[in-house]
Amino acid sequence: MKVVVDLNRCQAYAQCLYAAPGHFALHGKEALVYDPSPDEAARGEIERAVHACPVRAITAYSDDTTAGEAA
Amino acid sequence: MTTAPERIVVVGASLAGLTAAQHLRARGYAGALTLVGDEPHRPYDRPPLSKQVLRGLFSADTTLPHPPDLGVEFRLGQPATRLDLSERAVELGDGSRLPYDRLLIATGTRARPWPDPEEAALAGVFTLRGRDDAQRLGARLQARPDRVVLVGGGFIGFEVASTCRDLDIPVTLLVRDAVPLAAALGPRLGGLIGDVAREKGVDLRLESEIERMEARDGHLVAVTLKDGTRIESDCLVAAIGTLRNVEWLAGSGLEADAGGLRCDAFCRALHEDGGVAEGVFAAGDVARWPNPHDDDALVAVEHWGNARAQGETAAANMLAGDASAMRRHDHLPDFWSQQFGLTIKLVGLAEGADSFAVMHGSLEERCLLAAYGRDGRTIAAASIDSARWLPAYKAAIRERAPFPPIADAVDQPRLRVQEP
Amino acid sequence: MSGSTLFEQILDPAHRANPYPLYAEMRRVPVARQADGTYVVSTHTELARLISDPRISSDDLPDPQKFRWTGHPVTDLLVRPVRAEIRKRHRPFIFRDPPDHDRLRGQVMRCFTPERVRGMRGKTQKITDDLIGKMRGKTRIDLVDDFSYPLPVTVICELLGVPPEDEAQFHGWATQLATALEPNQRGDEETQAKNEVCFNEIADYLQGLIKEKRKDPQQDILSDLANDGDGMNDFDLIATAVLLLVAGHETTVNLITNGMLTLLRFPEHGARLRAEPDLAPRLIEELLRYEPPVHYRTRLALADIPVAGITIPKDAPVIFLLAAANRDPTRFPDPDRFDPDRPDNRHLGFGGGLHYCVGAPLARIEAEVALVSLVRRLKGVSLIEDPPPYRPGASLRGPRHLRLALEGVAE
Repeated sequence: MKVVVDLNRCQAYAQCLYAAPGHFALHGKEALVYDPSPDEAARGEIERAVHACPVRAITAYSDDTTAGEAA
Repeated sequence: MTTAPERIVVVGASLAGLTAAQHLRARGYAGALTLVGDEPHRPYDRPPLSKQVLRGLFSADTTLPHPPDLGVEFRLGQPATRLDLSERAVELGDGSRLPYDRLLIATGTRARPWPDPEEAALAGVFTLRGRDDAQRLGARLQARPDRVVLVGGGFIGFEVASTCRDLDIPVTLLVRDAVPLAAALGPRLGGLIGDVAREKGVDLRLESEIERMEARDGHLVAVTLKDGTRIESDCLVAAIGTLRNVEWLAGSGLEADAGGLRCDAFCRALHEDGGVAEGVFAAGDVARWPNPHDDDALVAVEHWGNARAQGETAAANMLAGDASAMRRHDHLPDFWSQQFGLTIKLVGLAEGADSFAVMHGSLEERCLLAAYGRDGRTIAAASIDSARWLPAYKAAIRERAPFPPIADAVDQPRLRVQEP
Repeated sequence: MSGSTLFEQILDPAHRANPYPLYAEMRRVPVARQADGTYVVSTHTELARLISDPRISSDDLPDPQKFRWTGHPVTDLLVRPVRAEIRKRHRPFIFRDPPDHDRLRGQVMRCFTPERVRGMRGKTQKITDDLIGKMRGKTRIDLVDDFSYPLPVTVICELLGVPPEDEAQFHGWATQLATALEPNQRGDEETQAKNEVCFNEIADYLQGLIKEKRKDPQQDILSDLANDGDGMNDFDLIATAVLLLVAGHETTVNLITNGMLTLLRFPEHGARLRAEPDLAPRLIEELLRYEPPVHYRTRLALADIPVAGITIPKDAPVIFLLAAANRDPTRFPDPDRFDPDRPDNRHLGFGGGLHYCVGAPLARIEAEVALVSLVRRLKGVSLIEDPPPYRPGASLRGPRHLRLALEGVAE
């Protein structure tokens, strides 16, 4: 999967840490670091994180396997 | 301009370009959509590159997510080389031509190279902008250089310095100015970040510049500063700003220079004579636009949030038909930086502020929200580990509230208006 | 009730089953002054803005010293002020502002780790299975008494480290102390007097428990808080423990009961959840929007605050009508439709800003385990009465009973 977090919007509510602790972490009080490319097996946890975020700052989609790297 | 577009070309396959593509589709655009990128990679996210990617946390693959049914033809690894406005076509490096009836220019910026080309070419001298840069520098850091020298007093320099300290690598940070980060945050907060960096073991040297580099067998071994100090190092990162990718527009008739591609309030690119270039739009770092929060002063904002917002506005306006249905780009600039365990966030532009006040918390605690004013109005606010108060100040900035903007508030010290 | 204000009508138990039409009326004025000088915020834009406004204080508990004089000097000048001071020092962090709030909440969050909360999922499932198991052979149940109440209570007691045999006495205490969230109840002298008696009992009990936890620390939150080297003082420790216990008793029960009620009212969603348990996270967020466990919270304006064309004056009481903002049609298209697929569901079901619900991650786990298990295992289940009878609270709003008929219990 591919994940991106809008860190302007993020206010460190930390709900994603509970939903997907292997893929989101706080370093310090507010500095969210996250896995931008989690394994497809983590889909359930990542989706939980997406929905639990009070400010909906997390976007995640499955990898696009339909297109190659270069045209 | 009333015919609906059927062929849209986006030049620049990064955050602004991809965001525009997503919003074009979300708004029902079903025609051909081509995304041109000079790098071989799908659009990827850059902020993690100077932080977790360098540090080796999680994956280095920061490819941006997008809906699976985006329906975009990627032309990657191909720089756009020329724009032909009269023929409405973009030429690529391989000589192919892409005709368009709407064009979005989102070519962004690149790292400003080290000014001496021979020194820049030395092994051990790095810049950091793209994924490949991060991979190279990351590999070097994993091999634990004896000392990293960072040149540049901006956020990238500080973030890389922080990452080096996380990895317990000795680091010297050379800043040309007397106070780091002063342009973005003002001397008080800039100075605070400098103090934090020093406490975390960064050898921070202000008013320092490199006189020359020393090499052995094409490898950097040391640098000598203008004051004569010699520092041994086999790893130098030049974080000395960016250059806008506008060279390919030379001769097109668009008004583009080192300051960016000039566009109007609706993200429409402008001719050199000031007229609107029909069907051509701009978004992201490359765009220079009138900022309504600063009396329409022209600005190019090289921030993640602006790339997203402007990509969205441009997409909406590309489909709007005529100007009466377009919306103006009124994004309030915002950004964040993570370093030394602190999160710094800024809303508005603090440059040019004439006053400053700590609104919550304190500099001593390193947990605070500060507001910036100019001519009695609130123009920006910065938080350090206090992001939850920011929305209230964002509203005050949008409303150009009198400075200081919010009194009698929770956890507020006695307000003292100071120089920034 | 024709002469009463809109907010008084909302407080009226007669409207408990369906307050939403009143909320819609309330939203016509985003920030509406009531006759008593209270300002009710009911629209999403304004609420989302004010909930993060630093001029809004959570320190709004009525001052117990405002009791009328008894005429006994010892009582009036000594006993009551001392008691009042003790009560004041026991103020839980939901009624405090930064920096105290942040310090106390931070200490709780250090104990409320993702590992610990996620570790409760298995236990929650086991309690759920046991409670559903007890429904075997029954044709009628009361979901509240038989399930929605005991589940979160058992979970919070386990997390905090309250022995299960002591749990029974919390039932009455929690119900009584939850009145602190109801502005029409907490101000009156009788309720305050009852609360004081109740608080003293619970504090005495916790004092003893804390002593034990200090002597013989266990793997629970109370032990961690009591033995945290630079931790909180005993006033704050007791206040925090009471807060977590009351919240654990009085909120999740609503989420689970409202959830089942909603799934029975819209059986297509129950069927979908049964077939597709991965739907649960989205469905629960929608539930938090559609039928939130806490309908409003009270605040205090510290300064004149201009908003939505009016000014909330300094010292005015402010009501954040979360459940109304959750149905704001300008933010949520077709707001009265229960739709788990709703995109960008930025509901305020757990509040927002500094006071965002501490227990949110736990509540999500409990609701998910409970609802998925209930729809899977209860066979031929139907509502016996709709609407069900409601508990008195307008803030902590939820059914007092949810009587269900069922045909059987699957394994």
